[in-house]
Amino acid sequence: MQITLTVNGTEVTAECEPRTLLVHFVRDTLRLTGTHWGCDTSNCGTCVLLMDGEPVKSCTVLAAMAAGREIRTVEGLAQNGTLDPVQQGFMAEHGLQCGFCTPGMMMTARALLDRNPDPDETEIRSAISGQICRCTGYSTIVRSVQWAAKNQEGAQA
Amino acid sequence: MQVPAPFDYARAESVEDALSLLQRHGPESRVIAGGHSLLPMMKLRLARPEWLIDINDLFELDYLVEDGGTVRIGALTRHATLLASDLIARLFPIVTDAEKVIADPIVRNRGTIGGSLCQADPAEDLSTVCEVLRAEVVIRGLDGERVLTMPEMHRGPYETAVAQDELLTEIRFPVLPRSGSAYEKVERRVGDWAIAAAGASITLSPEGTITHAAIGLTSVGLDGRTATRAEERLLGQRPADELFDAAAAIAAEDCNPVADQRGPVDYKRHLAAELTRRVLRRATERAAGEEG
Repeated sequence: MQITLTVNGTEVTAECEPRTLLVHFVRDTLRLTGTHWGCDTSNCGTCVLLMDGEPVKSCTVLAAMAAGREIRTVEGLAQNGTLDPVQQGFMAEHGLQCGFCTPGMMMTARALLDRNPDPDETEIRSAISGQICRCTGYSTIVRSVQWAAKNQEGAQA
Repeated sequence: MQVPAPFDYARAESVEDALSLLQRHGPESRVIAGGHSLLPMMKLRLARPEWLIDINDLFELDYLVEDGGTVRIGALTRHATLLASDLIARLFPIVTDAEKVIADPIVRNRGTIGGSLCQADPAEDLSTVCEVLRAEVVIRGLDGERVLTMPEMHRGPYETAVAQDELLTEIRFPVLPRSGSAYEKVERRVGDWAIAAAGASITLSPEGTITHAAIGLTSVGLDGRTATRAEERLLGQRPADELFDAAAAIAAEDCNPVADQRGPVDYKRHLAAELTRRVLRRATERAAGEEG
């Protein structure tokens, strides 16, 4: 089947099987390999991307279900050559660690800050509670999101 | 790489359209809503539909309204919407309690109340919640709609009264004045299925006696999933810890847990009693307005 969707602001049309999962579609068909693919059972959250602005686990969404919708992946975070404050926060506070869960964590953080520009630590921990960091280094991830919240305007300017 | 077996896909544009698609494609077609129960089952080949009818465009099934003495919830309402609703938190805190512990925030962005009820997993939290709230469900087919109680809707594990060519469209919660409700669950880790969970709803008379009680247990093999004998023990009584202890003991006696990787039978029975005691206490406090 042929599907058309908007990915990081650009409309794309591509062929896929109805059974193609969104995570495989963005990685293999669109070659956007920033979205990682982990447990395949919607537990680990490493495949999180934004669909119509909401974080979703793309290993449990069909590409066909994303047709007509807006997808934002980690490749769509930086704007006009400037890293998103979330990306800068992960650099500044060492939120990357091994880097495997990072794209999903950053997308969840982006969605959280869009909804709530000043989240407290509990809200941040709750937002990422469906995502597993194998380094078990959640403290630096939380600090990275806090950094982004503090530097939202400054970083975007 | 886990992918489902091949199938064909169609996206419904309206409830009528979904119903005709289901009829046209016959017994091997299934509805997909959030997909967070069905897709994992398809990856594992526990489900192998030949057609998927996607109902995610049916915004007409995504609503939450207070309508006289009833709150009506569209079947496509997401878990995240239920959790964020002030109306739900005020009238049915048991739903808010349960939503906090259903999977995780990202899964809750996709999963729907209708999907949860149609999955009819014995370990599914909202099924217990709906039973405790004495919910009614609206099922629509091409010939019209019918309204069922939860015991009528749920025929057994993974088996509902919704026929292959029908759609669950609405869930209705009756609003009972001077009522309170609560849900509590024990899980192995965040976002897991329940080892055991309990829900309760209590209604008090102006004099403070219990005029209505509902107790439901998740994951522990309760027949019909509401603890009738325990409920009867509470009626007409004044709330007291000893009374709740007695009702909790009956509920634990009447359930039928099985030993599995989540624990032995005795442990699950212990949880059933303890969780029942706690939700009865909290539901009563909420009914009396002692807790927000």
